[in-house]
Amino acid sequence: MEKVRAFDETGAPGEWLEQYLLIKQWLDEAPAEQLERKRREAELLFRRIGITFAVRSEGGDPERLIPFDIIPRVLSAAEWQRLSAGLTQRVKAINAFLWDVYHGREILRAGRVPADLILLNDGFAAEMQNCAPPQRAYTHVAGIDVVRVGPSDFFVLEDNCRTPSGVSYMLENREAMMRLFPELYARHRIAPVANYPEELRDTLQSVAPPNCDRDPVVVVLTPGPFNSAYYEHSFLADEMGVELVEGADLVVEEAVVYMRTTEGLKRVDVIYRRIDDAYIDPLAFDPGSLLGPPGLFDAYRTGNVTLANAVGAGIADDKAVYPYVPDMIRFYLGEEPILGNVPTYSCGKRDDLSFVLDHLDELVVKETRGSGGYGMLIGPAATRAERDLFAAKLRARPADYIAQPTLALSTCPTFVASGVAPRHVDLRPFVLVGREIRIVPGGLTRVALRDGSLVVNSSQGGGTKDTWVLER
Amino acid sequence: MLSRTADSLFWLARYVERAENVARLVAVAHRMASVARSLGSAGNEWLSTLIATGCEPGFFAKYSEAAPADVVDYLVRDLDNPSSIVSCLETARANARAVRTALTADMWDALNGTWFGLRQWTERSKIDVMDFLEWIRERSQMFEGAYDSTMLRNDAWYFTRLGTFVERADCTARILDVKYYVLLPQDEGVGGALDYYQWQSILRSVSALRSYHWVYSVRLQPWLVAEFLILRPEMPRSLLSCFNEITQSLSLLADAYGGKRGECHRLAGEMHAKLRYARIETIFQTGLHEFLTEFIDRTSVLGSEISRLYLA
Repeated sequence: MEKVRAFDETGAPGEWLEQYLLIKQWLDEAPAEQLERKRREAELLFRRIGITFAVRSEGGDPERLIPFDIIPRVLSAAEWQRLSAGLTQRVKAINAFLWDVYHGREILRAGRVPADLILLNDGFAAEMQNCAPPQRAYTHVAGIDVVRVGPSDFFVLEDNCRTPSGVSYMLENREAMMRLFPELYARHRIAPVANYPEELRDTLQSVAPPNCDRDPVVVVLTPGPFNSAYYEHSFLADEMGVELVEGADLVVEEAVVYMRTTEGLKRVDVIYRRIDDAYIDPLAFDPGSLLGPPGLFDAYRTGNVTLANAVGAGIADDKAVYPYVPDMIRFYLGEEPILGNVPTYSCGKRDDLSFVLDHLDELVVKETRGSGGYGMLIGPAATRAERDLFAAKLRARPADYIAQPTLALSTCPTFVASGVAPRHVDLRPFVLVGREIRIVPGGLTRVALRDGSLVVNSSQGGGTKDTWVLER
Repeated sequence: MLSRTADSLFWLARYVERAENVARLVAVAHRMASVARSLGSAGNEWLSTLIATGCEPGFFAKYSEAAPADVVDYLVRDLDNPSSIVSCLETARANARAVRTALTADMWDALNGTWFGLRQWTERSKIDVMDFLEWIRERSQMFEGAYDSTMLRNDAWYFTRLGTFVERADCTARILDVKYYVLLPQDEGVGGALDYYQWQSILRSVSALRSYHWVYSVRLQPWLVAEFLILRPEMPRSLLSCFNEITQSLSLLADAYGGKRGECHRLAGEMHAKLRYARIETIFQTGLHEFLTEFIDRTSVLGSEISRLYLA
């Protein structure tokens, strides 16, 4: 595959941007052996804390580490300001959209979004119609994947509205950088991220049921230690100072949710659940699931407990709905989108499909319901045979696919086997939605460690970096 | 605190303690067997150890006779045996992972370090069993030290300590009971050299040979060894010491939870009183083995009652 010419975030070749000057100086001064030693130290640190991530279908080490790159990515205050405004705007519109499709459906009636696309979509939860989550919040935690292709060209690649993960890496990466490179850290003015757990707890408390007349009791609901993101679940519960519960710890009596404690049953008001809609309640959804307590959804609908994120929020992050998000911003907020979408072909449309089939070698094709880098085709990197196979799938079920141009994701200096070299990155900031919208400056930067690779997913050999937002 | 969290802490501590005690039991058997060999006697130490640990049925479902190497393998690293050292530590870590948020960093480090170390041991082609048992004892003591010196003094700590001492009481009773099952050859009567070395091995296994001499300053006597391990409050692994800790932790729990008490409080109190006021002569009159068997049974009931009140 031909290497993609990409924008490097340090600036034009030979001319480092001001925000990267101190990093450059550090890299120039630090011998490679020292960087290598620090890299190993970092790995040991992560291994000891136990931050691991199990990867599906890989076998091997069930407690694999996601590689951590020791060179931070730096965003200037101005860059962040614009990003943050764009994210707030986008997430506000998404929540307005979710309220609308489960109530008056104005956007469908106005013909701005095709009704069939929503109402016949697997992600549409009919049970949620006329259900009113407190503060009209649906995506209490949204992970918005942002890519960059030029100095001021940020695009949203994907909205993750269900149970986005990765925030623990954002926090632990910062911890690691502060421990490994205290001097480098001190020479910068970096916006802190350590307050994220507090912001999350405040957000969750702000959406407690209106009938809750005391300090709301928040819990984190996990599928259990065998889940790949279990570390993050326990980390967040710990940092927020709330209980980490499994389905069997909860019991629903007369539409009220309780947890079993050593002192008897204790009422629960807000559940930050890290399990999918389908598994939260065997009475309402998948009857075979043991992950959520029977009766939970009834308690939720009755308004005795709040679920975060809301059931049915997934309709907003369906890849076939994604192309309409800029229109949602115009429709609900009357504003022009600050952050654009990546141009997207909906293969369900005839013209788009034939264009996509003709240009498979240039495009990235994704399943509308896929995630984690699974079930996608990167045209320029695929072989002829792989493309032909994919073309057959496309013709069989065109509506299940979208296609996007292969983006030259921006690059950042990264420490790899051959030394410091540019590698492609993306960014997942975490947007909190409660009584207000809050974003901790930064997010999780994922980096494709293989030379030339554009896939940053940790399940596909991606790593992470600390993300520094400068305060001035 | 979540019942499941309390349950995990309780069992986490029990399994670490059990791993240590199985290590101690295997070490006793080892020592007794080598003494017997040197005195020219064909002993049944390994069989006795299987019976005392309660592992006999599981073992004979797999093997037809108690060959030393097989018994050691079964007790040390057989994952089919839920009480093997490796099984105990696997279970302990699984419990720890399930309640990461309730552990202090030091506790997690101690356990996680043991778990990683275990992988290295099992990868070696040939291991010296005694070295390994020694290492297990050290790791268990490191865990206990870690939680004792870093946990908040609240319900989490009480449950952890309950786990440690309920398990330790059970194990001390079992170690003492090994002596009942070990046969003395016909020409080697009670009070002979082999008998003496067996009692000595028992004391060594609970790291108490020297302290026995400090307390009694006389040659080893069976009833004194039994008294030391059952009734002496100075001996930190004695049944009485364990019940001092158990009743104290249960009482602190009741205080923390508004005074609520249950059958476990009554039963622990009754067992504690018996240990405090019993005389070793009486125990020997009714039979040491009978006394220990009843004690082990009632300790098991106590565990269930603790679960019923707090952990379910």
